[in-house]
Amino acid sequence: MIINLKDIYKMIGILVVSFCAVTVCAMFFNYYLDLATIERLCTTELAKLFFEAQRSNAKVVCAVSGGCLFFTAIVLLCFYIGHYIDTHQTQLGILKALGYSRLSVSKHFFVFGLPVLTGTALGYGCAHLLMPMLYEFQNEDGYLPNTPVSFHFGLFLFMVVIPTIFFSMLAVGYSFFKLNTSALRLIREQSVQKVVTAKKDTDLPFLRELEKSNVRQKKSLLFFVTFAVFCFAAMTQMSVSMNDLSSSMIAVMTMMIGMVLAAVTLWIATTSVVNANRKTITMMKVFGYSANECSRAVLSGYRPFAYFGFALGTVYQYALLKIMVTVVFKDFENVPDYEFDVPVMLVCLAAFVILYEAIMFAYTKQMEKLSVKEIMLE
Amino acid sequence: MIKIQNIYKSYGNDGSKTEILKGISLDIADGDFVVILGASGSGKSTFLNVISGLENADSGSILYDGEDICKMNGSETTRFRKDTIGYVFQQYFLLPGLNVDKNVKMGADLAQNKDYRKLIEAVGLTDKLKKYPGELSGGEQQRVSIARALAKNPKVLYLDEPTGALDEATGRSVLQLLCTLQKELHFTMVMVTHNQNIAEMADTVISMNSGHIVGTRHNDNPKSAYEIDW
Repeated sequence: MIINLKDIYKMIGILVVSFCAVTVCAMFFNYYLDLATIERLCTTELAKLFFEAQRSNAKVVCAVSGGCLFFTAIVLLCFYIGHYIDTHQTQLGILKALGYSRLSVSKHFFVFGLPVLTGTALGYGCAHLLMPMLYEFQNEDGYLPNTPVSFHFGLFLFMVVIPTIFFSMLAVGYSFFKLNTSALRLIREQSVQKVVTAKKDTDLPFLRELEKSNVRQKKSLLFFVTFAVFCFAAMTQMSVSMNDLSSSMIAVMTMMIGMVLAAVTLWIATTSVVNANRKTITMMKVFGYSANECSRAVLSGYRPFAYFGFALGTVYQYALLKIMVTVVFKDFENVPDYEFDVPVMLVCLAAFVILYEAIMFAYTKQMEKLSVKEIMLE
Repeated sequence: MIKIQNIYKSYGNDGSKTEILKGISLDIADGDFVVILGASGSGKSTFLNVISGLENADSGSILYDGEDICKMNGSETTRFRKDTIGYVFQQYFLLPGLNVDKNVKMGADLAQNKDYRKLIEAVGLTDKLKKYPGELSGGEQQRVSIARALAKNPKVLYLDEPTGALDEATGRSVLQLLCTLQKELHFTMVMVTHNQNIAEMADTVISMNSGHIVGTRHNDNPKSAYEIDW
């Protein structure tokens, strides 16, 4: 077997994202489907209005959170496969040199679908456990008749089986595409890690130059850092702001998903940056740079993008809630107007700064422990 | 002066402990060119790593002008590395995302050395200033790594098989360059090699075997890199 379970274990990020996506989508999609069974029982004007609002709400939640998380899972998977090929080029090159075809090597990448299967299955199970609560919360004012929770086999296929097959095939296809290079180039590790050179020459101090170079070499990680903080900013602020507009259960769920998604994505991004720079950090330590200086050179370049992600998430959650209030609930009476909540934003910003800097501090400590001997064993 | 006293170093835990250095003592004079000679597995690279402060010894002391690096804490070791040593590896370990100029700047900035480009000139790479490591030959990369190590004005330059990955002509030019720079800049140079011919270039030759020093000799007339056999 080309890929070990250890490599799959590293894909916990995809497992978490799949879990979150399916938990939310399965709950709301199931609710959407089950609402259809009570449509004819909604006879009053108020019940009909509420019924439509609930269906629209379920659709929006599914589309926004499901779509967003699905897209994240695809990007994460491609990132993991790229990273796996980067770090196993020699072995993969040797297999090709021995005569294994590109397809026979890449077909083993189907196992990268396993975290998706685990995440979606757990998410689906969790969704079914939470469904009775969701149904109750969604109708806590009693405008609608009781909606029974039903199992929809089609939904199970759509949420668990199809994503697993899709992601397994995507893994095989993407690795097939990435391995389209000669065995020799793979063995010499020249195929994937291309150095991105600076467009213009600058005369900055070394640490600043290295910081810029790191960002240049790992542009995909900019997306992850920005996205992680975007999720944090959008979902934490949304969960507090939406208290008046939605049930507290959805608010808590939104906050939890935001936190988990942000933590997992930021962890993956930061770990990747540190791992990709192990040699550089070690060399810097050999030369007498302190762990703080190493951390600054390797991680600081991403900080502006993290703050940009926060700003973007703040604007996004405001726009989304404003649209929800003005479009989805437009026909409802007594729906409170939604205004931008400055104190909530400030509290979230403070929490973000503390969390972000705590993570950076933890990685600086990790760099301190990096053994200089590691480089000697190369 | 570097005073090494009774150094022991082992790897592994109690069950499978392998003793690499077995009570080594040695004095290295300032400005000396020392070659540590030994077969593969003799412990010479471990010895280099220990005396340069890259690895901790199990016991013993290593005194640099009276200061024992074995008793230093993390920040003191960092300061020691910054102020005292330069290191050249067999595999160069240049930073691939930075060009020659910036790689040398890595060392230069630590010593606030604004004249580091003179070193790039000295190693004959002025015309390759903007080239990236991947665009250079092995010999050129090693010359960059030498310039990088010397740009921080080290008192002692440690070299671990610096010509191990180079062909004869390139190896000779790198060694000659090192000797010229050492005479010019007056740093102490400690080189590990398994090539007995290179030892003829050194002022002092330390022979190692199985974690012990088995011989020390001084060359009255060290040869140049072009006079030795390869």
